[in-house]
Amino acid sequence: MAKRIDVSDLDIYYDDFLAVEKVTMTIEPRTVTALIGPSGCGKSTFLRSLNRMHEVIPRAHVSGKVIMDGQDIYGHDVDPVDVRRSIGMVFQRPNPFPTMSIRENVLAGSRLNNRRMKRSDAEDLTERALRGANLWEEVKDRLDRPGSGLSGGQQQRLCIARAIAVRPSVLLMDEPCSALDPVSTLAIEDLIAELKQDYTIVIVTHNMQQASRVSDETGFFTIAGTGKPGRLVEMSDTATMFSNPSQKATEDYVSGRFG
Amino acid sequence: MPALEQVGRNPQRQPPTSLVSRSLPRWAPLGALAAGALVAAAASAALGPTVAGFAIMTVVAGSLVLVGASAAVEGRRRATDRTASILVTGAFLLALAPLVSLLWTVVTRGLGRFDAEFFTFSMTGVAGAGGGAFHALVGTLVITALATVISVPIGLMTGVYLVEYGHGRLARAITFLVDVMTGIPSIVAGLFAVALFTLFLGPGVRLGIMGSVALSVLMIPLVVRSTEEMLKLVPNELREASYALGVPKWLTIVKVVLRTAVGGIATGVSLAIARVLGETAPLLLTTGLTSGTNWNPFEGRMASLPIFAWYQYVQPGIPIQPFIDRAWTAALVLILLVMAFNLLARLISRFFAPKAG
Amino acid sequence: MRTRSAGRQGDRLFRGSATLAGTLILVTLAGVAAFLVYEALPAFVPEPGRAGTGLGLASYVWPLLYGTLVSSAIALLVGAPLGVGIALFISHFAPRRLSTVLGYVVDLLAAVPSIVYGLWGVTTFAPALVPVYAWLERHAGFVPLFAGPTSPTGRTILTAGLVLAVMILPVVTAITRDIFLQTPRLHEEAALALGATRWEMITYAVLPYARSGIVSASMLGLGRALGETMAVALLLSASGGVTLNLISTANPGTIAANIALQFPESTGIDTNVLVATGLVLFVVTFAVNLAARAIVNRRAEFSGAN
Repeated sequence: MAKRIDVSDLDIYYDDFLAVEKVTMTIEPRTVTALIGPSGCGKSTFLRSLNRMHEVIPRAHVSGKVIMDGQDIYGHDVDPVDVRRSIGMVFQRPNPFPTMSIRENVLAGSRLNNRRMKRSDAEDLTERALRGANLWEEVKDRLDRPGSGLSGGQQQRLCIARAIAVRPSVLLMDEPCSALDPVSTLAIEDLIAELKQDYTIVIVTHNMQQASRVSDETGFFTIAGTGKPGRLVEMSDTATMFSNPSQKATEDYVSGRFG
Repeated sequence: MPALEQVGRNPQRQPPTSLVSRSLPRWAPLGALAAGALVAAAASAALGPTVAGFAIMTVVAGSLVLVGASAAVEGRRRATDRTASILVTGAFLLALAPLVSLLWTVVTRGLGRFDAEFFTFSMTGVAGAGGGAFHALVGTLVITALATVISVPIGLMTGVYLVEYGHGRLARAITFLVDVMTGIPSIVAGLFAVALFTLFLGPGVRLGIMGSVALSVLMIPLVVRSTEEMLKLVPNELREASYALGVPKWLTIVKVVLRTAVGGIATGVSLAIARVLGETAPLLLTTGLTSGTNWNPFEGRMASLPIFAWYQYVQPGIPIQPFIDRAWTAALVLILLVMAFNLLARLISRFFAPKAG
Repeated sequence: MRTRSAGRQGDRLFRGSATLAGTLILVTLAGVAAFLVYEALPAFVPEPGRAGTGLGLASYVWPLLYGTLVSSAIALLVGAPLGVGIALFISHFAPRRLSTVLGYVVDLLAAVPSIVYGLWGVTTFAPALVPVYAWLERHAGFVPLFAGPTSPTGRTILTAGLVLAVMILPVVTAITRDIFLQTPRLHEEAALALGATRWEMITYAVLPYARSGIVSASMLGLGRALGETMAVALLLSASGGVTLNLISTANPGTIAANIALQFPESTGIDTNVLVATGLVLFVVTFAVNLAARAIVNRRAEFSGAN
């Protein structure tokens, strides 16, 4: 069910401020694509435009094309709500719903949409999603406790379980480990490696070791100065990007001479 | 902050050479008060003793002794500090006095008729003693309930609009007008309801629903404000988490945002109910008074507790005492009702407080 | 991927009803203003042989407006400093654990219905003030405010003002207490670290931060006092007329209390005159609240907090 995404000439705006300029890239199915770059270079903004979360901010909009499976997600008749169902997202800080139990959090995608589900199906889905997020063994005895009672790393894996319970084709991750300790980070990175067999994964990270550890492809974003738009400098397979990049800016960044 | 620098630069103040400076002992305030009592006793003996006069003089003289001693031993800065402490504490105690006096007055006078008859009988056919405020209690509850039914949906949805949808001129205009509405005097709200119903039903009409409309004018801004504040407290991350699961905006608002804020909103609503429950002025103009029980807010006059208390007190019959007694008991019941709703608000907010683990 | 789904319709419906509710508030307020003006209009047209219509309206309203302003001014002068003092006590002087309880106690003052304040004022407070007024007349009688002769019941405009002061205390206290508690801890600690006493810390760090908040809280309290009806209607024995004397039997009435006392028995043009006075009250409180709002907003712009 993993899908390929083709982005062409995507400009992203906040009101009339151009935040990211002319991005063209191809995201391959069943791979992990990492987006790296200095703060404020627009990599998170770009990530959020891939499932139309960008337009949640008032007056934010884009121009250009994002084709998934032959269909432009910014097409005229496309409902952003449906786009988000097939392109899930995990955020920087774990954000389980505080009013819901662990089980309800996992099932939130269908519960919030008023979808009825047979009890056994719900049990099934809960277990599958939690196993998928490597959390089942840790929480199977307390599924009815609040999700906010888990540790930070467990909460983030709960959020991943919640995202994959909707059965998306693509999973976007916006610095998913930046609020976590090293042990939890490792658990998430292992999970990403497993998830890529079923999903297309795009991950934004500040941590270059993490990018080199988990990703197959890497894109480097940068920004010329404050007030200028961010842009994609180059994109290639991760090994090449870290050993032999074609651009000077990329080499400076990955070798720590910049940003 | 320039003011802070002045403290540091104050040229008169030398850096202390020792960390121990001279200061009054801990029992100083009590000692000063005792000294003040002595002075007050002497003054009372000379001028003629009253309890209030003695108390006031004790406090004043005691304060002067304490500040004087502090100025002599600890220096001017500490003396100023003590003066401020005395004034601020005094302000608090001074405010407690009317509260205590008021509660004492209402309870002692109101208990006389705080009996079963008061809660089960109306005033139908009662000329002197006896009778009760059942009809007024019913009226207050019906009118307030109806006002709540009108105000909560409008106030809640307006709050939702302002926080979740409104960004333009309309939202700014509404925010401004809600502020204006918060300041409308309750009697003006009553006049509005009268004017509105006069237009459609002719002059002299008095209905329970008119009172509810007047109370709604006072209640809606309260509900809007508390809804707004509570919705703003819901972190954006939760909205985004819901959107990212492919949940439409309205379901996100209903099932995530409102669900998270429901405790705070319920608290705000109970406080708003408590606030309008005791309103008298608008009801005086709109609902009138009857001596019988009327359950129908759309037909005929309707009694209510505050109006009942008002008329028992200002237009008593003969003998006068039973009327005055009923007025006080109605006041006591009113205070208890208002406090019950305040308490309910606190219980709700405690019940819905975020739990961890 | 499906195209536009049922979710869209739900969104439109929900958004529509939210907008409708907001618009309803606009309409309601316009309605309040329009209906008041409409009902007051006949009073502005002179009717021969009727006092209080046409130009006579001004001379009818003026003493009431005067009484409203005087009683509210007393409430403000007494209630605002006291309220700020209480707020300071709760936020910076009382032990932490006690301060929440004390907050409840002050909120309790707000929970008392105004008619109960009126009953209390008339039976307990006013008689208690009579000796004080007598004393004032004896020792400060040369001041026009206390010229006397002292009212034997104590139900004077000064008593009304003092009861209003008690009634606005919770408003002033609640707002200023919140602002005092929001004072940046860093500012306070900076002052303490420079060797300031507690009072110096308050004057250097807390009060400057809260100044505009105190002003706007007082203004909101003033707005409350201006519109307060039942307490004044019960305890003030008004005889009409404008006088400086605060403790005598000759007291001006207030607009709100006058409406409450006259309206239930009035018909025809009298009703219109009363609505016209209500309109005046509406305009005055509106202006006061607007001023308070403007001060708060200016503070918001300068504070840099959001």
